[in-house]
Amino acid sequence: MRGTADPAATRATTSSAIGPGAATPGAATPRASTPSAATPSAATPSAATPSAETSPARPAARGSGPSPGALKVVVFLLCLVPLARVLVLGWLDRLGSNPVEFVTRSSGTWTLVLLLAALAVTPLRRLTGWNRLARIRRMVGLFAFFYGCLHLSTYIWLDQWFDWGAIALDVLDRPFITAGMATWLVLLILALTSTDAMMRRLGRRWQRLHRLVYLAAGLAILHFAWHKAGKNLLGEPLIYGLVLAMLLGLRLWWHWRAARRNRSVLAS
Amino acid sequence: MLLRTVTANTPASSEITPRSVYSDRRRLMLTGALAAPWLAGMTSAARAAGGAKLAGRPSPLSTTEKATPYKDVTGYNNFYEFGTEKDDPARMASVLKTRPWTVSVEGEVLKPRTFAIDELLKLAAMEERVYRLRCVEGWSMVVPWTGYPLAELIRRVEPTGNAKYVEFVTLADKAQMPGLWSPVLNWPYTEGLRLDEAMHPLTLLTFGVYGEVLPNQNGAPLRLTVPWKYGFKSGKSIVKIRFTEKQPVSSWTRAAPQEYGFFSNVNPDVPHPRWSQATERRIGEDGFLQKKRKTLPFNGYSEQVASLYAGMDLRKNF
Repeated sequence: MRGTADPAATRATTSSAIGPGAATPGAATPRASTPSAATPSAATPSAATPSAETSPARPAARGSGPSPGALKVVVFLLCLVPLARVLVLGWLDRLGSNPVEFVTRSSGTWTLVLLLAALAVTPLRRLTGWNRLARIRRMVGLFAFFYGCLHLSTYIWLDQWFDWGAIALDVLDRPFITAGMATWLVLLILALTSTDAMMRRLGRRWQRLHRLVYLAAGLAILHFAWHKAGKNLLGEPLIYGLVLAMLLGLRLWWHWRAARRNRSVLAS
Repeated sequence: MLLRTVTANTPASSEITPRSVYSDRRRLMLTGALAAPWLAGMTSAARAAGGAKLAGRPSPLSTTEKATPYKDVTGYNNFYEFGTEKDDPARMASVLKTRPWTVSVEGEVLKPRTFAIDELLKLAAMEERVYRLRCVEGWSMVVPWTGYPLAELIRRVEPTGNAKYVEFVTLADKAQMPGLWSPVLNWPYTEGLRLDEAMHPLTLLTFGVYGEVLPNQNGAPLRLTVPWKYGFKSGKSIVKIRFTEKQPVSSWTRAAPQEYGFFSNVNPDVPHPRWSQATERRIGEDGFLQKKRKTLPFNGYSEQVASLYAGMDLRKNF
């Protein structure tokens, strides 16, 4: 836990000042026209504009609300609640008749919820105008990875007891486990490249790479849906899928609107 | 209370230990070591439940393995008519009315008729059968059931020469079963056996568990127990038993034919499409403290039932 969560907290306090794009605060365009998830292609004149995604702490963005430090602490503690709940229930012997299943499901659910929460940060920031939200995005994303690691290690350790043969067979033969493993690998890449140093080194490629988070969320929902499919219990995966579609749809809509505006600016 | 516990779980001297059990010495030793504290725990759990007693004489077909705690047997259930979560049945099934209750026996029989539950309770001598239960989801339990062989009932209705299969239809009453509003399965839940499977001495028409009348979540007032097949083959809260010439289509087979076959015999060599069936987690024992255990062919009942499937390709007839 320390390995993932603590650096996240410390990094998160500094990231906003050093992120790519933040280096050119003067270039900030009006927020409404800034595409978020999708950077405009090189062909559009706004290509040089830092996107809202990578410039969370423009000076103009300072607003009201709790101090950034307090927000981060609150969200950090909130993200630990699912883990604390499992630990307390385990301590009290209240994990039910099948504790391994309980821990597996709980960690899986929270991976997915936090992944979608991380994806919701930017739309929420744009809709509310509360720009400080951007500073918690990386932390929430890393917590999603943290619960994904718990989920995977529960499977490898408590479920399979390091039976690597059986695990390999599962990954190869069972699409739902293949999808789960692929999700974790994508999250691993995103987590490894989430540091400020990696952001600086990768520059604009960083943002392109980190769009893989949509792939991760899609794969995670597929993993969940496939797991439930045999019993026709697709209600829950459908809800997660709709949330993801909404989050992605908002970004596409903003992107499309910005592109159209840019075109009309060019034409005039 | 204590007396009942001892009778219920002391194996009869005539018991024949299957090879699968005696070759598993380490687990047997563990069973012995854990027996004493477990007996104490079970007694209090049974007392807390306070169900009406339903005694049965010990059976040589019982396993000596440690029975799964009462709270797990009655609290961790698949009974989708009451919801799809494991704890739904225990929470939702208390509203189920199990009296009056009738079971209609029909189809290819010479003496079709409807039995009232009280009649069925007195039809044959009750036995206690401690059986392993293997769920298709990869977990297992050891459950002390009370009942008598289904064959006792079948003989009394005299199947015709055309009777090749037996279909079991279970209750589907939306007023009592909230799970029926969900489209998970085609209701009512139906299951089927080949006639020789239904006649097998291990196939138990079950009325009780842990020396008590079945709690509703376990399939009151009567259910089937077919210990060498995955648990879903054992229908709960049965209202109709139909003898047919054609193989009936089970609810799960209809829902996902590639995942749940008609036979669904416990088989570690035939994986479920989404998980391996080679191992199982014994509820109340395996998990944080212990590795999962190996699943045995026919759930450890090969000696009794393997001959039923002689010459059949069990990979095809899964």
